Amino acid sequence: MEKVSHIEGRAIPFGRKNVDTDVIIPARWLKTVSREGLGQGAFETVRAKDPDNVFDSEEFAGAPILVAGDNFGCGSSREHAAWAMLDLGIRAVIAPSFSDIFAGNAFKNGILTVVLPPEQVQRLLEVAKTDPIFIDLESQSVTTPFQDRFTFEIDPFRKHYLLEGLDEVGLTLERDEAISRYEERLAAGRPWLARGTGVAA
Amino acid sequence: MSSKPRTLYEKIFDAHVVERRDDGTCLIFIDRHLVHEVTSPQAFEALRINARKVRHPELTLAVPDHNLPTTARTDAQGNRMPIADEESRAQLAALERNTHDFGIRYFDATARQQGIVHVVGPEQGFSLPGTTIVCGDSHTACHGGLGAWAFGIGTSEVEHVLATQTLLLRPSKTMEVRVEGDLAPGVTAKDLIMHIIGVIGTAGGTGHVIEYRGKVFEQMSIESRLTVCNMSIEGGARGGLIAPDETTFAYIKGRTFAPTADEWDDAVAYWKTLYSDPDAVFDKSVTIDAREVEPSVTWGTSPEDVVAIGGTVPDPAGFTDPSKQEAARASLDYMGLTPGTRMQDIAVQNIFIGSCTNSRIEDLRAAAEVLRGRRKHANIKWGIVVPGSGLVKLQAEAEGLDKVFTDAGLEWREPGCSACLGMNPDKVPAGERSASTSNRNFVGRQGPGARTHLVSPAMAAAAAVTGHLTDVRELMREPA
Repeated sequence: MEKVSHIEGRAIPFGRKNVDTDVIIPARWLKTVSREGLGQGAFETVRAKDPDNVFDSEEFAGAPILVAGDNFGCGSSREHAAWAMLDLGIRAVIAPSFSDIFAGNAFKNGILTVVLPPEQVQRLLEVAKTDPIFIDLESQSVTTPFQDRFTFEIDPFRKHYLLEGLDEVGLTLERDEAISRYEERLAAGRPWLARGTGVAA
Repeated sequence: MSSKPRTLYEKIFDAHVVERRDDGTCLIFIDRHLVHEVTSPQAFEALRINARKVRHPELTLAVPDHNLPTTARTDAQGNRMPIADEESRAQLAALERNTHDFGIRYFDATARQQGIVHVVGPEQGFSLPGTTIVCGDSHTACHGGLGAWAFGIGTSEVEHVLATQTLLLRPSKTMEVRVEGDLAPGVTAKDLIMHIIGVIGTAGGTGHVIEYRGKVFEQMSIESRLTVCNMSIEGGARGGLIAPDETTFAYIKGRTFAPTADEWDDAVAYWKTLYSDPDAVFDKSVTIDAREVEPSVTWGTSPEDVVAIGGTVPDPAGFTDPSKQEAARASLDYMGLTPGTRMQDIAVQNIFIGSCTNSRIEDLRAAAEVLRGRRKHANIKWGIVVPGSGLVKLQAEAEGLDKVFTDAGLEWREPGCSACLGMNPDKVPAGERSASTSNRNFVGRQGPGARTHLVSPAMAAAAAVTGHLTDVRELMREPA
C-alpha cells in the first residue's frame, strides 16, 4: 500500500445521504477479475440521470477528495466501490458517518475516511464548490483557505498503517507462531471444528 | 477469562482471539470462509503475485452463485452449457481454476450441492454455532441464524483470510433487538426483519453486532432465523445472531460437514455454553412489539422505507429530517409513486421468489401454499422461482412444489442469486415493478431503472395472483 499522509485539492461536493455501494459501482461492473478501470462505471446512475453531475464536470475532474452525507458506502461489501473511487483519483472521503464494511475496504486501499460532525461536513460542502480542501493525517485535521480547521478522530491502528503504507497480510504472516499456537489448541480442543471440509491442508 | 457477564457475541469473540495487541485490535481466528466468483479473483491474484499459500484450504468452501444464469446448466446429453456472457464466463472460470490450484473444496455449477453461498453453508453443516464465518458478501450475517458470528468482508480481507486464516479486528459494540410477544398469523420472519429495519434505520446497527432475542426467535425454524439474520446489514450491522438451541442442533445433525459420532456430544456440550449471560450488558437495546408487525412491504429505494401492507405511500414532507425528506422525494420519483397511494393499489409486473434471504425450502413452501390451484394474474409478465440450492430444488420437486409454481404460470429455475442483483441475465426491465423476496430495493439493484418492492415469499405469491401488492392474509381466508 502507498503511504498516505497529506491529501489536498478540490473536493467533489456530493452530500447525499445513504449512498450505497450499488450507486458507487453498479453490479454489472463487478464481472471483472482485475482491480483496474472501474472508474468508468463509478456513480453511473448519478451520471446518467443528470448531465450536469459533479462527477463529469471538468471542474472536479481528478479531484482527490469526496465530501458526502451520512452512512456513506452502505449495502454490498464490494471492494470494487473503493477500487472505482481510486480509479477516479479519489484518495479521501469526508462524511458524518460511513458503513463499517466500506470504511474497511477504503482503508485497505489507502483511501482515508474522515468522519466529521454534520455541520462541519455541511461547511465543507460549501467550500468544495469553489475552493480546495486540505487533509493532514498526522495532525488529524481538515483545513480550508478560509481559516476553517476541523480535527477528526481515527483509529490509531489505521493511522499507523496508512502513514507507513504497511502490508497487512505480510505483517500478519509474521505472527505465524501465535497463529500456530491457536491452531494447536483448536485441533486438540475442538477437532470437529478444525476438520472443515476435510480436504488435505 | 474474566467473570464479567458476557453477551453471546463477546463469548465468541473471546474464544477466537489469537493475539490481543496494544493498540486495541485483536487478531481473530476465522473458522469458516465461503468464497464465490465475484469478490475473490483479485484476492487469489494477490496470493499468486506475492507467492503466498492458502493457510487452511479445508476451512474454505467455494461455490459459484452471483453470475451464474439460472437457466438449464446441462444440455440433453448432460454436457455443461457454456456461459454466454464473456465476462461472467471468465470470472466463473477463474473461480474454478483458483479453487483447483489452491486445493479448495468447490461445488461446480452442475453439482446438486451448488447454490447461493449463504444457503449452501448451513445446508452442508459447514456453518456451525459459535464459529467465526466470513465471506466477501455483505449478507454473510445470515449464518448468525445458527448462532455464529458471521460477517461480510471485502476482497482485501478475503486475501488476508486465505493467507493467514485470521483478520485483524477491533471488538464491535453489542446491540440487543428484543422482540416481545408473538407474531400474528400470516406474519413471517421476513416481515419482522423488515419491520425491525424500518424501526432502527439502515444505519441503526452500524458498528454493532446485533443479537435477536425473545420468544419469537426461540420458536422460529432455522430457515426463518437465517432470514432474520441475513438482513442485519440492511440495518447497518455487519453481524447479527441468535443463540443456538435444540432447534439448531437438530438442524445441523447429520449434515455433510457436521460433527459426527462421539464428537457430536462434545460439540453440543460446547454449543450449549453459547448464550448471553443473564446480566450481560448490551451497548444498545431496542424493543419491538411483535403484535405490531404486519405483512411488510417497501415503498422506496432504501430497505428502511418499510410500511405495513395496509398502509399508504408516505408524504416526504411528513419526515422531520430534511435530508430524509429529500431522499424520500428522490425515491418516490424513481419509484414512480405518489404520496397517499394505497400500497395495495400498486400494480406489479414481475415476481421474484428467491435470494439468500428467501430461497430455502420453507420459503418455497410458503409461496406454494398461496399459489396452489391458482394462476398468476394477466398483468404479471415475468415471474420466477429460484431455489437457493440444488438440494432445495430436489426437495421442492419431491414435494411437488415445482408443479405448483409452473401450473401457476411461474418459471422454475436453477439455483443462484438471480434477480436479487443485476449481475446475471435475470433482471427486471426499466420502469417496471417487482414484488421481490430479495433484500435490497436500491436504485438499479434488479436492473437499471427497475422498481423493487421487498416482500416475503407468501406476499410475493399473493402479488402474483392479484397482479398488485396484496395482503396475503386476504388470500388465506378465501378458498383458491
